Amino acid sequence: MTGQLLSSELYKKKVDLVSSDILKNVGISKGFIIWMAFLAIAFGACIFAYTIQLRKGLGVTGLRDITSWGMYIANFVFFVATSLVGMLISCVLGLAGASWIKPIGRIAEIIAVAFAAVAGLVIISDMGRPDRLTYLFIFGRVQSPILWDVSVVTTYFVLSLLLWFLPMIPDLAISKSRLADQPGFLKKAYELLSFKWVHHEAQYKILSQAVRILLILVIPTAFAIHTVTSWLFAVTPRAGWDSTIFGPYFVSGAFVSGTAAVIIAMYFFRETYNLRKYLTSDHFEKMGRVLILVSVLYMYFNLNEFLVPGYKLKALDAIHLRELFSGKYAVLFWGVQLFGLVIPVLLMLFRSIRKPFPMMMISIVMLAAAWFKRFMIVVPPQAHPFLPVQNFPAEWIVYKPTLIETLVTVASMLLVLIIITVLSKFFPVMPIWELAADETVKENKEM
Amino acid sequence: MPDSEVFKIKFMPLKKKKSEKTKIDVILESSRRDFLKKVGIVGAASVAAGAAVYSGYRFEKAKNNEDTIKVLTEDNKLVEIPRDQVKDYKPGLKVYQTRGREGIKGKKWVMVIDLSRCRNARKCVNACQDAHHLRPYEYHINTLVMQESANTPEYFMPKPCQHCDNPPCVSVCPVDATFKRQDGIVLIDNERCIGCRFCMAACPYSARMFHWQEPSATEADKDKEYNVELNVPQKKGTISKCLFSADRLREGLLPYCVSACPNGVFYFGDENENAVTNGTTKETVDLKELLKKNGGYRLMAELGTKPRVYYLPPKNRLFEFKKGPETEYKETT
Repeated sequence: MTGQLLSSELYKKKVDLVSSDILKNVGISKGFIIWMAFLAIAFGACIFAYTIQLRKGLGVTGLRDITSWGMYIANFVFFVATSLVGMLISCVLGLAGASWIKPIGRIAEIIAVAFAAVAGLVIISDMGRPDRLTYLFIFGRVQSPILWDVSVVTTYFVLSLLLWFLPMIPDLAISKSRLADQPGFLKKAYELLSFKWVHHEAQYKILSQAVRILLILVIPTAFAIHTVTSWLFAVTPRAGWDSTIFGPYFVSGAFVSGTAAVIIAMYFFRETYNLRKYLTSDHFEKMGRVLILVSVLYMYFNLNEFLVPGYKLKALDAIHLRELFSGKYAVLFWGVQLFGLVIPVLLMLFRSIRKPFPMMMISIVMLAAAWFKRFMIVVPPQAHPFLPVQNFPAEWIVYKPTLIETLVTVASMLLVLIIITVLSKFFPVMPIWELAADETVKENKEM
Repeated sequence: MPDSEVFKIKFMPLKKKKSEKTKIDVILESSRRDFLKKVGIVGAASVAAGAAVYSGYRFEKAKNNEDTIKVLTEDNKLVEIPRDQVKDYKPGLKVYQTRGREGIKGKKWVMVIDLSRCRNARKCVNACQDAHHLRPYEYHINTLVMQESANTPEYFMPKPCQHCDNPPCVSVCPVDATFKRQDGIVLIDNERCIGCRFCMAACPYSARMFHWQEPSATEADKDKEYNVELNVPQKKGTISKCLFSADRLREGLLPYCVSACPNGVFYFGDENENAVTNGTTKETVDLKELLKKNGGYRLMAELGTKPRVYYLPPKNRLFEFKKGPETEYKETT
């Protein structure tokens, strides 16, 4: 942002234009109240299920000694995975100079913040003694990967929150006088959070430097959160988890689910927020290409993960792989591989599919498949430990998630939606000043 | 006793009623020490008798004032404390926790399980469940039916925690709730465990159990102090597992399972002394010799966990392998 640009009449005009487009969605509307009420009631019902678990213990879930990590942990892995997209869009593409991501960057950060925040809560729902959560900080031992996970997920959440918030400060300053008929608390919040921003050239310079540092810092953190999450499994000797490529396998998988989540959010904002002008068909076309790239990368790691042990067929690997390929989990396993990866990639090769609506549909299927994929990673390897499973009640041997467990998991998803809704409804969902500056530069060139 | 009374006795009439006599006798009896006190040791009395009387007087005097007793404190100091302050010693939570984490100095506990003798009596399982207040399907030790391949024979294998010297469970524990003691035992502190179950995921021997619901004896155990060497009272939402009966070892006894076995399957002892004792025959044998002669091995040695439990192969069995009827286990609240 040069001083010349900032003071140009065209830029000011563009700011007026863009801000009116973006800000008309900001604030409390009827639709927002209905949607939030629905979310809140559903969330409350699900939280009631959690209170039952708190009272009676984890026995209300389908988890038992044989399969002691189930839906909660799978869901945790899924959430951490999906949150990774903030890094992919803003940092990898942003630092590589892809300027088309500007309207998407903040959406990606909202998703990163929401999923990373709730991932931390999801892990608490899996604890036998959530009242002892503070012990992690009082008695924490650095040799445990759980400590690493807690540290990096927290760090990633903070960095993502900063990456969402810092570039928004000029927007808040722009918007605070334009919130005509909005409630007073919102105006006050904007006033407070814009930190007396005066749109000085030097301020923009400092801001861009700060954001750049954050963008660089968040890359190793993002790789760390999912690599460390994969190590929760890979550090154990169990067949199906005992893998040296679990880190990159998880990270590449995270790119797939995160990209799919962003495409769904893009479609939603484009339609309900009337932002077709900013989220063009071309954005979906480009995101389609990104999704193909990350999916192919993930397929490559899947090939390694299953073909190599499948070739050797070590005793326990053989049992595990038979369960996945042709046993109890075959339908789910092949369903996830085909509908979650192979078929979407083949479809997306056609330009006509890389349009907003088909991309959104494909993304929903891929995101759902990504959830079940995490379930496939977490649950089946526990069913066949090294020593035979004997002298247990029948319900201990086969893991079947219960209703309570499902409701608590749904609660976490609802909470993600609540956070995304609040962040995107009370704050501008796109960077007004960046879009205005871009358009100014573009028009100046045309002139 | 006042002097006037002594005077009275001196001039007591010779004829007296029976009841009076008794009274006077009592007075005479009790006044003797008083009298001796006044006149000192009478020349006619022997020195020994006098001394005895004198010490008796000292004892009586002490009783009236402060009664003290000499006791040895934990840090080997001899101190005197009032007798009425003495209470029976009951270790509190802090003592249990401290000594439970330290372990027994100089020992390296080791178990040898002779598979050629196990006929699935499951007495070890029952004794263990009784001691640790567990349900019939909650195990610290479980006996499994094993078969390596179709052509090799089936055999029974009691499977306690292996108390690994390189324990994967201890490495992954985020809060130091499970730990390795100097005497080789791996324990769990249920006052610390957060219930993340990472240790269960990491243990290749499936040695750990989790309290998914309220433990069966919660109500009965509610006044007991938690003993980390016994894992009693068991606690909901935390892990439990075999402790090598650390509480029994502290008393110099063999573990519950070892002494309960009717078939001589278990040997238990100290690796430092190179001696293990059979729980059934009470015969103590040379550990290395026992392992050498019988081809002792450890479970899944290739994982590098270095278990402290050794197995002797199921060779030369003196009995038929009989599986017996399958017990059906039902979850109870």
